[in-house]
Amino acid sequence: MDRIPLLKIGDFLLVTVQVDMHDRLAVALQDDLTERIVSTRARGVLIDISALDIVDSFIGRMLGNIAGMARILDAETVVVGMQPSVAITLVELGLSLPGIRTALNIDRGMELLKAAREETGASASDGREAD
Amino acid sequence: MTVEKQTELPLKAQEDVVSARQLVRSWAVELGLNLVDQTKIITAASELARNAVIYGGGGLVRLEILLDTGKRGMRLTFEDRGPGILDIERAMSDGYTTGNGLGLGLGGAKRLSHEFFIESKPGAGTRISIVRWKS
Amino acid sequence: MGLRDALSTSDSADTTQPGWARLREMLAEFSKQRAALGFTPTETATFVMSFKEPLFERLRREYADDPAALAESTWEATEILDQLGLYTVEIYTKTRESVILRQQQELLELSTPVVELWTGILALPLIGTLDSSRTQVVMQNLLEAIVAREADLAIIDITGVPTVDTLVAQHLLKTVAAARLMGADCIISGIRPQIAQTIIHLGVDLGAVITKATLADAFRLALKKKNLSIGAR
Repeated sequence: MDRIPLLKIGDFLLVTVQVDMHDRLAVALQDDLTERIVSTRARGVLIDISALDIVDSFIGRMLGNIAGMARILDAETVVVGMQPSVAITLVELGLSLPGIRTALNIDRGMELLKAAREETGASASDGREAD
Repeated sequence: MTVEKQTELPLKAQEDVVSARQLVRSWAVELGLNLVDQTKIITAASELARNAVIYGGGGLVRLEILLDTGKRGMRLTFEDRGPGILDIERAMSDGYTTGNGLGLGLGGAKRLSHEFFIESKPGAGTRISIVRWKS
Repeated sequence: MGLRDALSTSDSADTTQPGWARLREMLAEFSKQRAALGFTPTETATFVMSFKEPLFERLRREYADDPAALAESTWEATEILDQLGLYTVEIYTKTRESVILRQQQELLELSTPVVELWTGILALPLIGTLDSSRTQVVMQNLLEAIVAREADLAIIDITGVPTVDTLVAQHLLKTVAAARLMGADCIISGIRPQIAQTIIHLGVDLGAVITKATLADAFRLALKKKNLSIGAR
């Protein structure tokens, strides 16, 4: 089964969703991300949805789940690149993606993640930055 | 009112939900819906198709292009022989604002469509139709 | 003339039949051309119906010995030319309607430009009354501009809008919500006292939407949010 590739950029993980995902793939993505956040000690997750022209309630829940799990693992999540028609449809649908930060593009998303790290005061000695 | 074109797609597995989205998209583009309207009907279709597969035990979706006096539209009918919905009103009201308890997406699909019709009886399956007219 | 062809390929006086298609096409073109030249629909229709006189003359000569046949063919001819004349009026009306529609579109685009005040700060000064469909188009333009210019701050100024009804207020709020989902913030400025009252009366909840009295105030706030300021030389 194909899986969505995850890229490590500095302290962050970048996911670019480009395919029309079926549910199993979305669940696999959640699992992969969780695992990689831990194994790479990532401090943030960027989810690029600029290629998605549909975001339904299932994808919305997936994004919420990812953000929730990442937060527990001390990583912030930013969703970037939402298309205008998707945003308008989500508003009509009544789906508000609570607890999920958004930015216009990957650059802005990175800025947001860096600022969030500074805010929460990335501790230099939390025992996890061993290497 | 006449049906200009129609087809059926089975909804048995998750991949069928993706196929349904793609077929609805190509019909929506052919009908000439603008981008936002396309997005709305495909999203509604995704919700209802998934329901049919997950809660309805599988079923089918019928796509129809309708021609009424002076206007054309698309109608999608989702049918399954599943357990049926016990309390339709409650199912409709569990929209996403309440955090989506039943996960049925019915309220959402209704909000995204011009017309919405539902028929469901416990033990007798469910049939849901949505219509979007070209503006 | 096309009339002869049409008559020979159809055996009825119903000009909506396929045999008449080519003639109808010719008349449609003719009607549009005349409309463009400034002829009224009556003038064009009258022209078509003026074919009756020479036609009846011809028929009188052909059927001089057969009054019954003359009566029948005269009636048929009248029917046909009346239908064709009315058809030119129909085409005229449709053409005028499409011109009006196109002008409305152009007016819409002209009257709601999205302006870039600064890098990453857009302004949308709305002027005139907003109806539901216009608001939707305008709002979509704003969201597209947010993506195209990579602006994360948009100021929607309604100083030039005399009244706002529930539907328009809802569209405004939906736009702000959509922009937020995309990663941009909106400030609504120029809310006049009357509109503020309407909003309260309608029970519309502005929620967390930032509002400012003037476009200038909104711009100042936008600069502040971006850690920018304007200094004197």
